Amino acid sequence: MSDLVEFRQQFWRSLAVARKDIRIYYAKGPVIIYGVLMPVFLFLAFTIGRSLPAESMIPGLLGMILFFTATAVSPIVVPWEAQARTLERLMAAPVKLETIIFGDVLASFIFGAGISAVPIIIGLTLGITIASPGILVLAIVLAAFCFAALGNVFSTPPTNTPATVNMIAAGVRLPIVFMSGVFIPLDELPAWGQNIAYASPLTYFIDIARNLMDGQGHLPLVIDFLAIVGFTVVFLIIAMKLHHRTMPRRI
Amino acid sequence: MSVNDKAIEVRNLTKRYDGLTAVDNICFEVRKGELFGFLGPNGAGKTTTVRIITGVIKADDGTALVMGSRAGSLKAKQVAGVVPEMANAYNDLSGWKNLLLMAELYGIASGEAKERGEVLLKDLGLLERKDGLVKTYSKGMKQRLILGMALISDPQILFLDEPTSGLDVQSTRLIKSLIKSLNDKGKTVFLTTHDMDEANQLCDRVAIINKGKIVAIDAPERLRIATSGRRSVEVSFTDSVSVNNLARLPSVNEVQKIGDKYRLYTDAPGDLVVTLVNFSASNKLKIISLNILAPSLEDAFVALTEKEHGYV
Repeated sequence: MSDLVEFRQQFWRSLAVARKDIRIYYAKGPVIIYGVLMPVFLFLAFTIGRSLPAESMIPGLLGMILFFTATAVSPIVVPWEAQARTLERLMAAPVKLETIIFGDVLASFIFGAGISAVPIIIGLTLGITIASPGILVLAIVLAAFCFAALGNVFSTPPTNTPATVNMIAAGVRLPIVFMSGVFIPLDELPAWGQNIAYASPLTYFIDIARNLMDGQGHLPLVIDFLAIVGFTVVFLIIAMKLHHRTMPRRI
Repeated sequence: MSVNDKAIEVRNLTKRYDGLTAVDNICFEVRKGELFGFLGPNGAGKTTTVRIITGVIKADDGTALVMGSRAGSLKAKQVAGVVPEMANAYNDLSGWKNLLLMAELYGIASGEAKERGEVLLKDLGLLERKDGLVKTYSKGMKQRLILGMALISDPQILFLDEPTSGLDVQSTRLIKSLIKSLNDKGKTVFLTTHDMDEANQLCDRVAIINKGKIVAIDAPERLRIATSGRRSVEVSFTDSVSVNNLARLPSVNEVQKIGDKYRLYTDAPGDLVVTLVNFSASNKLKIISLNILAPSLEDAFVALTEKEHGYV
């Protein structure tokens, strides 16, 4: 079998994994509601009373919703499957470990990217304008994939207890939100704050969104996009390597 | 056995966990079309071996080939159907969706998968419940579905790890009869079990593994005969009798109380029958039943796993 044929086969099978994930883990009312409400309330808690214009608020809200939804479920899929004893059946099927992981990331990506329509509709209703909708869509696609890959990294510790993984994920996700210019634009942060913000992938997406909605971007768009792609590659490599090491210990 | 006749070829397979050798340098071969039993007590290394051969985990040393392909390779997995021990189907999907998911993972075309799925669910007695969520299925129904998931790809070789463990009689019978008919149609079956009757009824050959090492490989009947020292006499009396009194009788090696019967292991069953008749008369007991039993596969299993002598 040529590499190309094998790659195509494995890609189709990763779509089957993604469809399974969406049916089982994502297409549930509480998951969707939690995915939207949690970041909305967190955002409102920091913006109410500050009389900010919509074009300043929506990029942060969009970034938070995209980040939280794309990383909400992916950390627990693998531990959950190990606990429910469905993982071994999956691993015995003719799919590579990378195929399973890619399928999990894909499901998370679709969930995150789909729900990002909610803050955009809110923003458009409030009268904001998007300078280049095509570039924003591209940014959402890339960032959703990047955050989904990060969510998958959270699932690599060799525990089959979803609650443990959730705690690890929450311990990383909340600091990322606070250090990424969601509430305070990068321009207004001190130099040390900006240096910390550069370590977060969310920073670059919010910078793109601010650039397109508010005209207040801090970095050139090309740098933002390259950073998101770079983070994605790093997260995927880390996820694959760690899963290779920890997956057999889950069985 | 030529290379083309081998469905499974295992050479010097070893797996260690934290200093414990779970599988210790084992070697065996399974012929194409054979129904091969893999027996052993709990913790003997059965499931670890199956997991290595089905590609779920990697061996530390040695090699395993499935239909000529390296165990764990996509090619080896593609020709195998697997029912893992304690595996589960997806509870939040219907039985039908579980089957179709497996078909997708094996690259089966949708039309073919649906056609095959209908036939399988009918054979497994699940057709009427195919759209019900698996979480509403009984344990027997779930296990039948998992067998269906293993068969949806029409595999050349089937790995079954304790497929009837803890199931009701009907499900057990249905699964056993399906395994037999699949084997009759030419499929190779690798059956892990600690149910001796199951192995005796179904398997062409069995391997017995204990503490990670293979201690015997042969046909069940030949294993039984090879351990003829485990012959026994089964007797029941009108009143209960002390096991110690029976154990003191001449030529008795061991006594087991099984319900209202006593099984006395001996090297001389004929002499023991006479002794038991005399024993009942002198104790004013009546014998209800008296049978000389040939050694069972279970006796062979116990003898081999307790003594660990090298039969291979």
